Amino acid sequence: MTTTNTAVDNGVNVDALLGVRAALPDAPEIAQFQWRTTVSWINGTHSQSTVDTFHGFGEPQQHKSKFTYDADHPLAFAAQDNGATPVEYVLVALGGCLTAGVASIAQQRNIQLHSVQATIEAQHDLHGILGADPDVRNGFSGVKVTYTIDADATADEIRALVAQSQKRSAVFDILTNPTDVTVDVA
Amino acid sequence: MLKTTTIVVGAGHTGLAISRCLADRSIDHVVFERGEVAHSWRTQRWDSLRLLTPNWMTRLPGFAYRGEDPDGYLTASETAQLIENYAKDSAAPVRANTTVVSVRPVERGYVVQTDQDTWHARTVVSASGGSAVPHLPPLHYAVPAGITTLTPAQYRNPAELSEGGVLVVGASASGVQIAEELHRSGRPVTLAVGEHVRMPRTYRGKDILWWMDASGLLDERYDEIGDLSRARSLPSMQLVGSPERRTVDLNALRRLGVRLVGRLAGIRDGAAQFSGSLANMGALADLKLGRLLDTFDTWAAEANVDGLGAPERFAPTEVPAPAQLALDLRSGEIRTILWATGFRPDLSWLQVPVFDRKSRVRHDGGVTASPGLYLIGMPFLRRRKSSLIDGAADDAADVTDHLACYLASD
Repeated sequence: MTTTNTAVDNGVNVDALLGVRAALPDAPEIAQFQWRTTVSWINGTHSQSTVDTFHGFGEPQQHKSKFTYDADHPLAFAAQDNGATPVEYVLVALGGCLTAGVASIAQQRNIQLHSVQATIEAQHDLHGILGADPDVRNGFSGVKVTYTIDADATADEIRALVAQSQKRSAVFDILTNPTDVTVDVA
Repeated sequence: MLKTTTIVVGAGHTGLAISRCLADRSIDHVVFERGEVAHSWRTQRWDSLRLLTPNWMTRLPGFAYRGEDPDGYLTASETAQLIENYAKDSAAPVRANTTVVSVRPVERGYVVQTDQDTWHARTVVSASGGSAVPHLPPLHYAVPAGITTLTPAQYRNPAELSEGGVLVVGASASGVQIAEELHRSGRPVTLAVGEHVRMPRTYRGKDILWWMDASGLLDERYDEIGDLSRARSLPSMQLVGSPERRTVDLNALRRLGVRLVGRLAGIRDGAAQFSGSLANMGALADLKLGRLLDTFDTWAAEANVDGLGAPERFAPTEVPAPAQLALDLRSGEIRTILWATGFRPDLSWLQVPVFDRKSRVRHDGGVTASPGLYLIGMPFLRRRKSSLIDGAADDAADVTDHLACYLASD
C-alpha cells in the first residue's frame, strides 16, 4: 500500500496524458499519428537509421534532436558489429515501451517507484532466417521479460502494474499480434 | 395518427419494468414488442442456458420469483414464462407482434412508425436491449469456405453441429459455457481468449452474486465510478447457472481438455492467428479477481457477516506454454467457428441525432440529449447491476422519475 505522505513523483505528467484522453471525444482525429524513420545502408550488414520527425496531434512534430541508430550483425556472423542487431532493437523497443507504461501507470495509481529493472530475453532459432528448415519461423520463438521493481506497493500491486503495462503497450501489441506491412520500391 | 404519452420499445423485463412504473404514476403508455413478450428469451437462447443470477435475485418492480428454489437458476424458458407472468400481473399494455420501424423527433414529442400503425408520443423509452444482436469482428469475413460459423443467438445444442473440432472465439459467459458443452459432447474445442472476467460461482460458501449484491457492489452508481466507459464495455463474467453451481473458469476448461489460445487476432492464408498475450490476459483476470475477493473479505469482516467459509484464493490461471499462435483452418481439424464475441444494441430504428462516432447512444443514466427520449437496459446505465434483471427496478424507477418531471414541466 502507498503509505508515503509526500506526493508520488515518477516524473510522468499523467495529467497531460489524461488531458489528451479527455480531448479525444471532441477531436478524435488528433489521435492519428504517423511514426517515421529513414534508413541508409552503409556497408555490409551495417545500416544507419535516423529518427527526426513524426506527425500527431493534428500537426507535424519534431524530436528535440535527431537520433541516429547503427544496426549491424555481430563479429560471430563475420560482420563488423557496428551496432546492435535489428532483433535486439526490437527488444529495446519492447523494454522501453513496457517500462514507460509501468512508470505512467504507477504515477496514475499513486505508487512511488524506486527502481525498475527488466531483463528481456528472446529465443531465436536461426534455422528460419538461414532457410535451413521451412518449419522454423524467421522471428523469435518466444520472448521472456522479467521485471524487478522496488516501489511503495504490495507484490500484487506491482504485478498489476506490469500486467496493465502489457495491456496498454504498443510494442507488446505489435509483437503479439499480426500487423499489415507493405514494402514498396519507389 | 394514434396518440399516447409514452411509448416503450420492447417487452422484455426492462420494458415491462418501465411499464409498471409508468402505470403506478398513471402515465398513459403502450409497449411495442416485435414478437411475443420475452421474445429473445424464447427465440435466441441455447437449450441449456440458465440465468447467471440466482432466482432470489429475480426481482422486478412489484413482482419477484416466488418458487421453491431461490438458490437455483432459471432456464431460458422459465425466464420467458416469468416475464410473461409479469406482463399479465401488471396488465401491461403490450402490443405484441408489432415492430417499431422508426422513431423520429417532431413538435412536442416523437412519431413512432410501426409495421402496424403510426403513433405520436411525447416521450419514448427504448427498452430494446443492450445485447440485442451478436457482434462479429470484421475478420469473420476471412473465414475459409467449408467452415460453418454461428453465433450464440443461433446456437441451440451440440447435436446441431458437425462432428469435429470447434473454434470458440471469446471467453466470456457465452463462450465458456458453449465451449464446455461442445467439448463434453466430443467435439474438441479450441477457445480463443482475450480480455475476460474470471469469476468463481461460489465464494466462502455463498453465490458470488450474493457477495456482489450484499456488499453493495452492484449498487455502485454510474456517476460515482472512475472510468464509466470502461465499466460499460466490460465483458460478461465467466459464469454459468447450473444446479451443481459449478465454476467454468479457464482452469476448469483446460482440465476438461479444452485448448486455450490467445485472442483471435487475424486470419491470413486460411490460418487463424492468435495473440501472444494469453498469459497476460490470465494474469490480469487473476489479479482483478484477487482484488474483488479482497474487497469482499474486508466488507464481510467489517459487517460481521456470520456463516461464511474461510477466505480462499483460487489457483492462478494456467495457460499452455508456449502458446499456440496459429491454427490452419483449411486442414479439416476445425469444422465450426462459434463467435462468442459479444452483443450490441440494435437501435437502427432510432432516427434521432443522439449517437456518438461509434454509433452508441450518448446518454446520462438513460437520459438522452433529445428531450423525452430515454434508454434503459444498457450495461451500467445507472448502476453496476443495470444489465441484470435485478437492476431493472431501480433504473426504471429513476428513469420514470425523470420522465414524469419532464412531462410535468413540458
